[in-house]
Amino acid sequence: MLSYAEKIREIAGRLLTSGSVEMVIGFRQGTVPMMNEPHFAKTPAQVQALVWDSHCGINLANYLTDRKEKIGIVAKGCDSRNIVTHIIENKIKREQLVVIGVPCKGMVDKRKIAMKCPGEITAVIEDEAGVTAKGGGFSQRFEKKDVLQHNCSLCIHRNPVIHDELVAEPVPEQQGVDRYADVRSLEAMGPEQRWKYVEELLAPCVRCYACRNACPLCYCPTCFVDEARPQWVGKGQDPQDVRAFHFLRAYHCAGRCTDCGSCERSCPVGINMRVFTKKLEKDCLDLFGWEAGLSLEVRPPLDTYRPQDPNDFIK
Amino acid sequence: MKMIAIPKKEWPAGLAKAAGSFRLFGPVKEKEFHSFKRLENGQLPDFSCQNTRLSPKHLVYPQSEVMLTYSLDESRPDHHIMKEAPADTSPRAVLGIRPCDAKAFVLVRMNFDTPDYKDPYWLRAYESTTFVGLSCASPCSSCFCTTAGCGPFHEEGLDVLLADAGDHFLAKVLTEKGAAWVAAGGWTQTADAKAEGRLADLRQAAEAKIASQVQTESLKAADTTALYNAGFWEEVSFACINCGTCTYSCPTCWCFDIQDETRGTSGVRMKNWDSCMYPLFTLHGTGHNPRGTKLHRVRQRFMHKLKYFVDKYDRGIQCVGCGRCVRLCPVNIDIRRVCGLMNGLAASGEACAID
Repeated sequence: MLSYAEKIREIAGRLLTSGSVEMVIGFRQGTVPMMNEPHFAKTPAQVQALVWDSHCGINLANYLTDRKEKIGIVAKGCDSRNIVTHIIENKIKREQLVVIGVPCKGMVDKRKIAMKCPGEITAVIEDEAGVTAKGGGFSQRFEKKDVLQHNCSLCIHRNPVIHDELVAEPVPEQQGVDRYADVRSLEAMGPEQRWKYVEELLAPCVRCYACRNACPLCYCPTCFVDEARPQWVGKGQDPQDVRAFHFLRAYHCAGRCTDCGSCERSCPVGINMRVFTKKLEKDCLDLFGWEAGLSLEVRPPLDTYRPQDPNDFIK
Repeated sequence: MKMIAIPKKEWPAGLAKAAGSFRLFGPVKEKEFHSFKRLENGQLPDFSCQNTRLSPKHLVYPQSEVMLTYSLDESRPDHHIMKEAPADTSPRAVLGIRPCDAKAFVLVRMNFDTPDYKDPYWLRAYESTTFVGLSCASPCSSCFCTTAGCGPFHEEGLDVLLADAGDHFLAKVLTEKGAAWVAAGGWTQTADAKAEGRLADLRQAAEAKIASQVQTESLKAADTTALYNAGFWEEVSFACINCGTCTYSCPTCWCFDIQDETRGTSGVRMKNWDSCMYPLFTLHGTGHNPRGTKLHRVRQRFMHKLKYFVDKYDRGIQCVGCGRCVRLCPVNIDIRRVCGLMNGLAASGEACAID
């Protein structure tokens, strides 16, 4: 994927020079290992700052919400699905966008790598098949498949679903992936065991809302947790309020979540809140045969009624 | 003040003794990372921790703190009367706090302890605490304490400074509180005459390892309005998702909000951390928010830390260089870079104050 950067800069430069877009949204080189910063270029000279590697996990569709300009946007598979969702939810217009598609081979999980290293990582060097992490007195190479973000290891939509430009030939999609093993183990738990699991999962939460804010789906002008009249949720650290936030946030993503992993990636305390959205993702697949963000033509299951929709819940 | 040598083999027994007169807190690893917790009986603080992922500010300034309680039950004679919530203010010692985090309490104190206003909740927690610092022999690569008014052996805000000297800790006793803690541990061996020199050597070695800096020298003279109107804020704020990670992990961020929570007929008045990143921050009763956009909020955070604070207190920046926000920001907004932009604009003369 390293060769993508040059192609991204070339396309971005062309789009800005020709005036087809006013800005290109991509990533620039981060200031700490395994981090890149979402960034924009508005002039052909600025495109030199754009990069691409295995640390571009943040979902850039999040930066499109309600923008008015013509925008070129770098989009891996999941970003493109959230761009589709943004378009069908009227958060951006298709005509405003030039989608620079990136066939993705997955993003690496910096926590996974950090936990496998004996000390602080001060540099990470990427090659085509993996990354080498270096620090005081150690240098350790990892095969990329062993250190992928969990959602990337389960991804079956690595290629952008919509694009106007493509930075490389499409990559083969992963086959035979068991996407919902973790959800099934959650479903198999009894209520008490599952409650305990959730309590422990959410115990470290500090309600910084990074999961909510990194998510392209969370664009409500006033989030329910910020609503003051009436106030739906307590503001303190009462576990009941913390749970209410996480459960409701997940439900708001039902039928819309693409499992891009931005929420989990952003969490400063390492909570895998994806188990909630994945359960709903699986339900949408099982009940409606639906995967979010694959089509601009089909309305999502939660804003349409079809006679064949499952009605078992009506007693 | 004197220097004590604490042989490591006497450390656990001394702590057990000190636990008789102090509640002990220290870094403890749970799953992925360390945080400051109350130490159980016989539990040792984990000094292998480079630093805790989140700052220890919650020890003095909890994220949610009940200040007052009340009843709305009109059959009770004390209904609708606010009563102070119980709090444990018995002596405690925080073991292994890093010098940056201890210095942060000194900065935060400027806000909570002024001639006009004193926050009793913050002050009683702070005053009941003895800070036993652990100097940083191996600072993180993203630490920039030495240019943020602090350092790996900085003493401000500490009662005792410990340095790892192989088979023993050198304990530099800095205050009366610190002396009381050392006495409670029963450590009495005065360090030899060379200890001061050894400590200075360790300090020099640690400071030499700080690889990261901020430039702040032009901030004070800079014109506030020119910095406020600088062109770089759009670019600086672009990536920001307005989460609270930077402010919540920061040892020097002090903003809070007050909420009443009622269940049935009983309720509490609580103080919760707030964040300038949030849409409710400075939202007026009219519905207007002077910091209504992402750019406003990001600018507020950096202007507060790197300009308003500098001007108001003349004690440097409101940052101790712990590097947590740099390491934890989900979108890699880096205060070192922003500080460089602000200081650079000031130094360029474009933002010079007009005499």
